Amino acid sequence: MFDRFLEWRMNYVLVLAIIVFVIPLLMENPFYFDLATQILIIAATVVGLNLLVGYAGQISLGHAGFYGMGAYFSAVATSAYNWPPLLALIVAAAVVGLVAWVVGRPILKLKGHYLSMATLAVGFIIAIIINNESQLTGGPDGMVVPPFSLFGWELSTFGLYSLLGLEIPGHVAWYLVAGVLLLVAVIIAQNLIDSPLGRALRSIHGSEIAARTVGVDTARYKSMVFVISAVYASIMGSVFAHFTGFITPAIAGFDYSIVLITMVVLGGMASPMGVILGAVVLKLLPQFLAGFQEYETAIFGFILMATMIFMPKGFYPTAMNAIRNKLGKSSGGKA
Amino acid sequence: MTVMIDVKGLDKEFGGVHAIEGLEFSVEQGQIYSVIGPNGAGKTTLFNLITGFYTPTRGEITLNGESVVGMDPNRLAERGMCRTFQQMQICMNMTALENVMLGRHLKIRSNLFTSMFRLPSLLREEKACRERSKELMAFVGCGEYINTEASAMSYGALKRLEIARALAADPKILLLDEPAAGLNGTETAELEELIRKVAEQGVTVMLVEHDMKLVMGISDRLLVINYGRKLAEGTPEEIRNNPDVIAAYLGG
Ligand SMILES: Nc1ncnc2c1ncn2[C@@H]1O[C@H](COP(=O)(O)OP(=O)(O)OP(=O)(O)O)[C@@H](O)[C@H]1O
Ligand SMILES: [Mg+2]
Repeated sequence: MFDRFLEWRMNYVLVLAIIVFVIPLLMENPFYFDLATQILIIAATVVGLNLLVGYAGQISLGHAGFYGMGAYFSAVATSAYNWPPLLALIVAAAVVGLVAWVVGRPILKLKGHYLSMATLAVGFIIAIIINNESQLTGGPDGMVVPPFSLFGWELSTFGLYSLLGLEIPGHVAWYLVAGVLLLVAVIIAQNLIDSPLGRALRSIHGSEIAARTVGVDTARYKSMVFVISAVYASIMGSVFAHFTGFITPAIAGFDYSIVLITMVVLGGMASPMGVILGAVVLKLLPQFLAGFQEYETAIFGFILMATMIFMPKGFYPTAMNAIRNKLGKSSGGKA
Repeated sequence: MTVMIDVKGLDKEFGGVHAIEGLEFSVEQGQIYSVIGPNGAGKTTLFNLITGFYTPTRGEITLNGESVVGMDPNRLAERGMCRTFQQMQICMNMTALENVMLGRHLKIRSNLFTSMFRLPSLLREEKACRERSKELMAFVGCGEYINTEASAMSYGALKRLEIARALAADPKILLLDEPAAGLNGTETAELEELIRKVAEQGVTVMLVEHDMKLVMGISDRLLVINYGRKLAEGTPEEIRNNPDVIAAYLGG
């Protein structure tokens, strides 16, 4: 029975679900819920980025651009044009996907540093546009975003809801919604990875030459995963905008792109649990670095560098391997 | 007999190096056609030209009458061409079985939607793919590695795995670049048997190999190249008795 569980490809999702839904029982302070919800949203974003970076072996140093684009599209469409939030979220994802396809096609032909530079530029351009279009976006001052609503039913952190006879305050409701979104994001990502499409993506990482030899149209697959990860970012950006109710161009900026990529690298490339852990650690870290805010990006950069040198596979896979080896040795069984 | 591969006036220059010069030959369907020559003669370059990894400086290559110059390797794969590499190309981030299943990439019909939601059609297709890949692993003699990570396999096993991956594509023409390199006597004999079996199934095989015993025993025709130029072409018997070949290569 336990062996079956260990072999089940979705076993970690169950563990994750338990963690996500047990945590609210241990917390009361709305501030903690706010932080935890932010972690869940950012974790779902890096689960998408991990498809591109961890599995297909490509890089994007401008991913916050897509996150910001989704957030601002939703914000502008719902506040200035009164679109229903769900419609705005879906159209934003489609638009961001299209943009990612158009820019991804040429730049994903590049490799290594050149690809890093090109994706960096994409992020910069999006951030600059958001900053300059101040009539719509409020520019550097940011803008207010209406709460999320669906068929007249509004989800606000200040609301009060009832679920299965339980009274649930708005900040807890938001946490639960974000938790469900993260689980859905993880399940879809895992399904993709376990499919022939995922195999083709991983083969690009393993040996691009082998991939091409067996007929993988590597240019098309790289663009596809770039679009998928951008759509993940866009959707979570929209969700974040409605959650916080106020956004600034910083969420589309370079610093934020570095935070996203550091979460992937630190937690563990090609490991969904790893990147979620990366999101948790790096989102909590600033809480403990209160006096060092100016150095935050520098500290993240240092973490990124140190991880790549000392733990190229990331923290989570390295730790799991160590545990597995230890278990394998002590039981004398085959690893 | 129909001509499968036809090469005319083929040239490839790297800066000042003339790696392939004025090469002409044709391979007929169903043949085992070998290319031999000393180190640096241009054999791998020739394979890279045929399989679309390099673009010729001059010349023409046709596959079943269609010009394939400048065509990407993945497009050639769609036309039934597959290969292995002298510098093995294995995805070390996957299991052995996944590497072979990757070989069936072009046979798979599932799309983004069926993948995302893991629909039954995808599961059926994956099951069939897995079964076929397991058969192929057994066929090439690495059936015991089905659940092994590729990174944990021995050199000889990986060489066979690469052949299984190529076969998984159901190729019409298979190019093997030094498949016997690094194999011991028994393994080479097994490889010979394997290539024969593949050819019996109607697959055209092009082979680059330094093991003369293997090449002479198995080939229908041979092309001998030296400094990128054709030295001789013919049956193993003709090649063995060709004075130029004896002087430049076999005798040396
Ligand atoms: N990408 C390249 N750039 C520059 N020169 C190259 C390249 N590929 C091959 N060459 C040169 O072309 C010549 C032929 O090389 P090739 O690898 O085709 O020889 P080979 O016959 O396969 O040799 P071996 O038996 O050692 O495998 C060599 O001089 C080599 O240095
Ligand atoms: Mg060679």
